[in-house]
Amino acid sequence: MNINFTLFAQAIVFAAFILFTVKFVWPPLLRAIEQRQKTIADGLAAGEQGRRDLEASAERADQEIAGARSRASEIVSQAEKRAVQMIEEAKTSAKAEGEREKTAAKAEIEQEVSRAREALREQVAALAVAGAEKILRREVDAAAHAELLNGVKQQL
Amino acid sequence: MAAGKELTPTEYIGHHLTHGAKQLGDGGFWTLHYDSLAVAMLLGMVGIGFLWWVVRGATSGVPNKRQAFVELLVGFVDNQAKGIFRHGDRNRFIAPAALTVFVWVLLMNAMDFLPVDIVALGTHGISEHGFRIVPTADVNTTFALALSVWLLMIYYSIAAKGLGGWVHELFCTPFGSNLLLWPFNFLFNCIEYLSKPLSHSLRLYGNMYAGELIFLLLWMWAATGLVGTVFGSVLALGWAIFHILIVVLQAYIFMMLTIVYLSMAHEHH
Repeated sequence: MNINFTLFAQAIVFAAFILFTVKFVWPPLLRAIEQRQKTIADGLAAGEQGRRDLEASAERADQEIAGARSRASEIVSQAEKRAVQMIEEAKTSAKAEGEREKTAAKAEIEQEVSRAREALREQVAALAVAGAEKILRREVDAAAHAELLNGVKQQL
Repeated sequence: MAAGKELTPTEYIGHHLTHGAKQLGDGGFWTLHYDSLAVAMLLGMVGIGFLWWVVRGATSGVPNKRQAFVELLVGFVDNQAKGIFRHGDRNRFIAPAALTVFVWVLLMNAMDFLPVDIVALGTHGISEHGFRIVPTADVNTTFALALSVWLLMIYYSIAAKGLGGWVHELFCTPFGSNLLLWPFNFLFNCIEYLSKPLSHSLRLYGNMYAGELIFLLLWMWAATGLVGTVFGSVLALGWAIFHILIVVLQAYIFMMLTIVYLSMAHEHH
């Protein structure tokens, strides 16, 4: 264990190595590391931003869908209302038509009835005349008794 | 035994614990342990050069595995520096200095794993009498590092507090600014300034030197015969595995103390 000149030589070598590291080794690597850290941080921030954008657009899409849904249900309910209305209208018009048809049919029936009554009256009058002829067993002057007959006819 | 001739245990250990030394001038001080210096420089160039090579091709995009490894290492050191140093921009000096210390000391410590006698086969070509490949088991290396940190400590103390502030701190802390307490404060601070580099360097040196010595003792046992070889090898394996922990731990402690001392220098009392 003798101290000698080696000490100074080693100290000089040591100083040289330290200076070399300080100047040429440490700063470039540190720069590279810091740059990478910045890149990673930026990337993470961008990812976070993207996530937030996605959330915002998802929310917007939800809103849009909700709006569209409510509009659609509005349209459907309007349509339903309209349909009900149309059915109502159709019912009313059908009823009115039916009424009209019924009255027309009634009138026709009455006409028919009166016509049939007229025909019946004619036939009954003819029958009565024929009966009277038979009863009287003689020719009745149709023309002479027409007035009488007409009077009977009227009474029937 | 690499030398290929019969050695006594003392000679064997002495042989392996002799530095490759070159006399540069008169007196014991003007000696250079070129083995420590060469290995340290080589390892520093390999380690720091590897970092530089990776960093030069570093991308801020997706890193390859090589870059990811270096980034892990840098992140590990940076985390330690971040946790301790809160007095300014650690990236300007403290953190890269800590990285240098960690990588360099780790590599120098790791030389302990290489089997001395096999390495000696090669290094005998450089120096027949001793070539130690663990620079941190040379007290000159650890003192060089610790004293460099010590000088930086004083430099940052003065830079952070001004010369007046530093001198004031020398005399007025930790006991108080009473004039009677000045000598005690100064003595206390002197002891602190003395003990820091000593403990800093001797902890690393002692651990690595002891590790080397225990390996040598085990190899010596291994040379005594078949039983010795088996037991020596098994024990050496255990010691090597334990030594992996010591190597990394000591490098880590040396780096942490570097950061701690330099952070303390920035602190105002």
